[in-house]
Amino acid sequence: MSPAPSPSSATVDGPVIVLDDVVAVLGQFPALAGAFLTVERGEIVLLRGPNGAGKTTLLRLCAGLLPVERGTATILGFDLSTQRELVRPHVGLLGHQNGLYLDLSVRENVNFWGRTVGASTDEIHAAMARMGVAERLADIPCRKLSAGQKRRTSLACLVARRAQVWLLDEPHAGLDATGRDELDATLAQAAGSGATILVASHELERAGNLATRSVEVIAGQVTALGDKK
Amino acid sequence: MSTWKVACLIAAKDLRVERRSKIVTNQVLPFAGITMVSFAFALDKQNVLDTVAPGLIWLATTFSLLILVQRSFSIETDDGALDAMRVAGIDARAIFLGKAMALAVQLLVLEILLLFAAVVFYGESIQSSGAQGPVLAVVLLVTTLVSATCGLAAVGTLYGGLAAGFKGSETLLPLLTLPAVAPVLIGATKAVESAVGTAGAVVSEGWQWVGLLAVFAVAFGIGGALAFGPLIDE
Repeated sequence: MSPAPSPSSATVDGPVIVLDDVVAVLGQFPALAGAFLTVERGEIVLLRGPNGAGKTTLLRLCAGLLPVERGTATILGFDLSTQRELVRPHVGLLGHQNGLYLDLSVRENVNFWGRTVGASTDEIHAAMARMGVAERLADIPCRKLSAGQKRRTSLACLVARRAQVWLLDEPHAGLDATGRDELDATLAQAAGSGATILVASHELERAGNLATRSVEVIAGQVTALGDKK
Repeated sequence: MSTWKVACLIAAKDLRVERRSKIVTNQVLPFAGITMVSFAFALDKQNVLDTVAPGLIWLATTFSLLILVQRSFSIETDDGALDAMRVAGIDARAIFLGKAMALAVQLLVLEILLLFAAVVFYGESIQSSGAQGPVLAVVLLVTTLVSATCGLAAVGTLYGGLAAGFKGSETLLPLLTLPAVAPVLIGATKAVESAVGTAGAVVSEGWQWVGLLAVFAVAFGIGGALAFGPLIDE
């Protein structure tokens, strides 16, 4: 099998995410019914909408976990209909779970995810430092971390495996005020470094302050585009 | 990263998790030991134990396999790590191979301890008759352990991955796995009977069963690696 292009090779000049009249189906139910969305590199876009509107489906589609039934969707120039396997290495999805091995330490988790893409020890340490888990938390088993510390560890894993598109589903859920502030600072810093971030959240005020743009998802359709800040 | 390197990373990670959690040491090994002792009490006649000991070793191994597989996939699903691996685009064949390798290492340790238990509790010993004494019997025994372990690990990983996506995976896994490993149970038992000389069996009779075990391991190894991606994606 030929290896997938390395994440660093997946750089495009145009928009990072382009959805054009995309339809996705969950079972028999059309969970996305004609979504239009264009996201540029370094943007943080807030997806807002009621429960069941299709926000999580939109994130899962962008992660390459759901097939595109109709329309055109590209991530980093890769077509989601035909190149889902090539999209996945460049995308990180952080949902209600963190994707961590709870018996392993922070360092071991970040090391594992980084090594899967051939990251060096320096890169892995830099990813931990960037998310603030390189010092006193590094050797603590993830089972013993607070919810906010787990989130930061999970984000460090995304950085270590060089994910360029971050898809975050309710990232503030379960965090205390300090954890939320830390997370916001982390996301702003990541976007400043070139990560493209889609955030689905009910915390409109907080996520709205963080986002460069907001998009409304209702009944599987992206119905309103917010203004850029 | 090549599929093989990622598989080794996953295997090392699984073994590290086990070293931290000590589930195999504290739960699986005692369970297997209790199974062996229980059989010894239930079949409390030396001639009966002599006859059935090889089968009991593999029965205890098979039951323990179910716990090991449940554990192997619970570490992936506890915090959504298996989904994270799918999203990260990690080759499903690497996940399959890595988890099967880690499972095989744990199974091998377990089987060696169960053989030792069979010597202690059931008085089993290696066949020493024949021109080359116990050498061929030991070779047969080792080959049987390796080939049966590969087959069990491949089946366990394949069905463990399948069951992990369903509610009630704890009860679904035995239903899927036990019928599938029946050929290993039969073949490994017959081969070990030949190695230890149960009921007059000779070493040469064991090789055909090793052949069956090897074919089984290769078939499930290749088939499992190819089928694992679609299975965990659904």
